[in-house]
Amino acid sequence: MADDNNLPAVIIHRLSDFQHPLPWPKHTIFNPIESSDPLYPVHRASARVLIVIPPSPLKAEHLDQYPSVECVVGTSAGVDHIDLAECRARNIRVTGAGSAFAEDGADYAIGLLLDVLRRVSAAHRFVRAGLWPVKDHFPLGNKAICLVEMDMIGLFRWWHDDITVLGEKRVGIVGLGNIGTLVAKRLEPFGCTIAYTSRNKKPQIPYAYYPTVLDLATNSDSLIICCALSNKTRHIINRDVLTALGKKGVIVNIGRGALVDEKELVKFLVEGELGGAGLDVFENEPEVPKELYMLDNVVLSPHRAVATPESFNNVMEVVIANITAFFLNKPLLSEIDLNDWC
Amino acid sequence: MENIDVLITTPVNPYLEQELDKRFNLIRLWNYPQKQEFFKNHSDSIRGVVNNPWHPADREFIDSLPALEIVSSYSVGLDHVDLGYCKGKGVKVTNTPDVLTEDVADLAIGLMLTTLRGISECDRYVRSGLWKKGDFKLTTKFSGKKVGIIGLGRIGTAIAKRAEAFNCPISYYSRSEKPESNYKYFPSVVELASHCDILVVACPLTEQTRHIVNREVLDALGPKGFLINIGRGPHVDEPELVAALVEGRIAGAGLDVFENEPHVPEELFGLDNVVLLPHVGSGTVETRNAMADLVIGNLEAHFSKKPLLTPVV
Repeated sequence: MADDNNLPAVIIHRLSDFQHPLPWPKHTIFNPIESSDPLYPVHRASARVLIVIPPSPLKAEHLDQYPSVECVVGTSAGVDHIDLAECRARNIRVTGAGSAFAEDGADYAIGLLLDVLRRVSAAHRFVRAGLWPVKDHFPLGNKAICLVEMDMIGLFRWWHDDITVLGEKRVGIVGLGNIGTLVAKRLEPFGCTIAYTSRNKKPQIPYAYYPTVLDLATNSDSLIICCALSNKTRHIINRDVLTALGKKGVIVNIGRGALVDEKELVKFLVEGELGGAGLDVFENEPEVPKELYMLDNVVLSPHRAVATPESFNNVMEVVIANITAFFLNKPLLSEIDLNDWC
Repeated sequence: MENIDVLITTPVNPYLEQELDKRFNLIRLWNYPQKQEFFKNHSDSIRGVVNNPWHPADREFIDSLPALEIVSSYSVGLDHVDLGYCKGKGVKVTNTPDVLTEDVADLAIGLMLTTLRGISECDRYVRSGLWKKGDFKLTTKFSGKKVGIIGLGRIGTAIAKRAEAFNCPISYYSRSEKPESNYKYFPSVVELASHCDILVVACPLTEQTRHIVNREVLDALGPKGFLINIGRGPHVDEPELVAALVEGRIAGAGLDVFENEPHVPEELFGLDNVVLLPHVGSGTVETRNAMADLVIGNLEAHFSKKPLLTPVV
């Protein structure tokens, strides 16, 4: 404990339910203080840095508990659980995850897209249920040959009229940030046409830009949602957008559930007005609309797009780099421009 | 050409059947469960056969059709056709290369992502209501994993191109090194397996490549390695693969093909690190129709005495 007194205290802001998947280790740079620490009341009042464990909210009433905080260090891809306007008003700086999760997030988005388009998980279920060989009754001549023939027919029972080629598709990326940029890069060799929408057109990006999500959806066969959730983007995927995407359209969401009007999405899928969806996030996790369970053109995932040891190790490095920079009065590694958000 | 008898062995594609029906006198083999009756009544007139990997054109089959002139296979793989015998008897053989390259490569990447990132298991976790009880586990990152490809032909190259966009270092084994390729070459599959994280089978099935993935290769691949098979089931020693998976000696597998389709070893059904697909590598509407067009184009060319589109023999 004597060593720890020399290290600056950093509060770990974690509401009791929310456990980080990996234990928070001691560091040589700072002394992490959990709410269970006997010295917590002292540090809470004096700590200048706060680490937020998602999805623990950090709102005004929480910030009131940390009167000395100057820097909030986020540890997740999304920051919608942090009241950024409040932070700006209190002159508190906020750092994000930077590109720590970008590769895994992009990989997962492509994985979901391919899974939906090629019905990978649905086909896996089909095989696993023992449905590939279909046993049927047929008049038997040579019994062995007949069974084989029936199996062959069962083989082609798998056929789906709606399984289609990715290379001929127009894929629209909603949000060309850290994750969206890597999604685009990964899509290129598949031969699909890539376009995007973003708050601003990005110079030197070779893909077509559309100023609104509706424009993008009108000109796309699939949409991949990788943008952040804010007041401006809540329900950005709404009935008009789903209609514009069309009956064969596919949505992949690895952003936040609230980016999509979930009730509308379910309606479109159940009524066959949308081609399919790959969803890693939902409006009210872990609740998932049960109507989706029966659909083969939907892939459901329990918020795991960036759930790899590699991503968590990456974000730990980003956190440590930001905290180190803060205490050395150097520029922060992945500071969020709060003016962008408020 | 409506007088020409063409036999189709399996109901693979309604569009293919419909287009064949328009042009030829199409005979559907599955309508004749009594094989002897069929061969008695039709064998002398059949001049063309449309088959696929599940209906071999072996010696016995070819001999039973004395008027046979052409076998047009609805596949790119030809391990199910006795090419030497066809050549000897003057029977032409065609396949469906190129049109399915991209689809198979897409599926290979899809299999890698679904297997490594546990997407099917995630889906099952949600559908079974388990998410309400707690989070699903962590899975292993795909980007940056070393991908080793057995066979750097059209499909192998297309897979490499896609995996590169995920920053995966690419290496390969081939019958001979390809100097024009920038990828790292290994002169044996065992060496390839010991130097990669994901081993992909993408070569043709021949006498030499049967069981090219055997116990030794699986051991070299190791407990952190994954096997992806979009080639042919017999490329892999299946009982050895099952044992390696059940015993945790390799990390997982994504399999589109099996030694004895449509039978899949049931021991694999209970494993959450294995993805099993019913041979759907080329299974998209566009590609299956493009394959059908090639089959029909080849038959039409043959019967109008024009050059075949995609001859093999």
